[in-house]
Amino acid sequence: MAAAGSEDLKQTPLHERHVAAGGRMVPFAGYALPVQYPTGIVAEHKWTREQAGLFDVSHMGPGFLMLAEPSGDAEADHAAIAAVVEPLVCGDIAGLGPGQIRYTLLLDETGGILDDLMVARSPVFAGGLYIVVNAATKEADFARIAAAAGERARLERADGHSALLALQGPEAVNVMAALVPGAVELGFMTYGVFSWGEDKVLVSRSGYTGEDGFEILVDAHEAVALWDALNADPRVRPAGLGARDSLRLEAGLPLYGHDLDATVSPIEAGLGFAVSRRRREAADFPGARRILAERDGQLARKRVGLVVEGAPAREGAEILDAGGKAIGVVTSGGFAPSLGKAIALGFVPPAFAARGTRLQVSVRGRAQPAEVVQTPFVPHRYFRKSA
Amino acid sequence: MTTKFTPDHEYIRVEGSTGIVGITPYAQEQLGDIVFVELPEVGKVLRKGDEAAVVESVKAASEIYAPVSGTVAEVNNVLTSEPGLVNSDPENGGWMFKIAIENAAELDTLLDADGYAALTR
Repeated sequence: MAAAGSEDLKQTPLHERHVAAGGRMVPFAGYALPVQYPTGIVAEHKWTREQAGLFDVSHMGPGFLMLAEPSGDAEADHAAIAAVVEPLVCGDIAGLGPGQIRYTLLLDETGGILDDLMVARSPVFAGGLYIVVNAATKEADFARIAAAAGERARLERADGHSALLALQGPEAVNVMAALVPGAVELGFMTYGVFSWGEDKVLVSRSGYTGEDGFEILVDAHEAVALWDALNADPRVRPAGLGARDSLRLEAGLPLYGHDLDATVSPIEAGLGFAVSRRRREAADFPGARRILAERDGQLARKRVGLVVEGAPAREGAEILDAGGKAIGVVTSGGFAPSLGKAIALGFVPPAFAARGTRLQVSVRGRAQPAEVVQTPFVPHRYFRKSA
Repeated sequence: MTTKFTPDHEYIRVEGSTGIVGITPYAQEQLGDIVFVELPEVGKVLRKGDEAAVVESVKAASEIYAPVSGTVAEVNNVLTSEPGLVNSDPENGGWMFKIAIENAAELDTLLDADGYAALTR
């Protein structure tokens, strides 16, 4: 069990805290990160569902895209920066209000998904966007965004000199109330900049667990102090990548590089909601022809949720119809700690995608029963403010 | 009563001509929470090194190999409903199967407690 190549891995500003807490460090997207702490994945998962789990997600790619020459007119400047990003994605960026975050997709010319990401309109700076991309794709994503921006906008990456912490779970709001009180006023998918002691932190009400929670961007020098302050609350326990994965799977949230890649379109992936209405009507996003045709029913495959009887069906397992014919493949699968059974995400032809369809999965050469179910497997509990 | 070990972290506790097979405390610690155990069928004939069982943690599946050749005599069906016993009590309640040992000489090829301890140190 050698820690192969661990010397080549990047460390987050919280590395020493993970090691001190007994975190089992593994390579992930070029970083050394804890897959679990001594309590284990199931305990960390359940704690997050019941209290609040604290995750180090500093490997991800936060950045700011700033209009090079803002006019000072907030609406005009936002329209100008939105015009830089919109040709790359299928989301309505122009329509974002100050502080509003949108989940969107970076698409190639054929409508394949290059990444899923968050794009938010700055509540502070006219012509500023806050962007968070996935770790494994961040170099390519940022290069693509910078190239699109040209001289019109300046991309400032925040990874490297910041830490990104995710505090997730029903108690997260009460924990934040004590540390960063202003942040509890945020509704789901909004963000703001708040004082924490003498420092500023960027807090968004968002996450990857299906629970209410916050993601906090903090300067690398303050990261350990914030981590410690959060952990000092008895409602908070650190949680690793293992629980992050089982939580997002139960929440039915796709994972880039597994459930999503450049061969998968937004409609196939069940992410039609991310193709904003205005963009759809204008058909002005990459791969619009394919994506709009798929939306009209010309669809070869569709992402579904499966409840699996017996052993977990992992990524790569074949999905079979009731008669045993291979019809698709599992892209994420594992054991759902909150449900006590095996669940999976995978792709099947639309004829097999209806809720309640009885299918099978092939695990170690044996067919096991599986049923198509609605996702999320575990209901989301986001904090949505009524408009 | 002797207990022997494989470099793959199975133990076999020998009682007469029968061996009780499971995974070591070190192995369960490395695997993390065991959520599913797939056991062999009673009567199955195994060669030394054959895949005999599978333990699934939240993240991954791991094969359990037959430490010696023989015939599966009994399996611990309790693990079907309580796979966590492999974590909480790997050497007793978490045993996986009993094997009728075909050739006792194969036991000599396995590690003793000191040899196994040295491997996991």
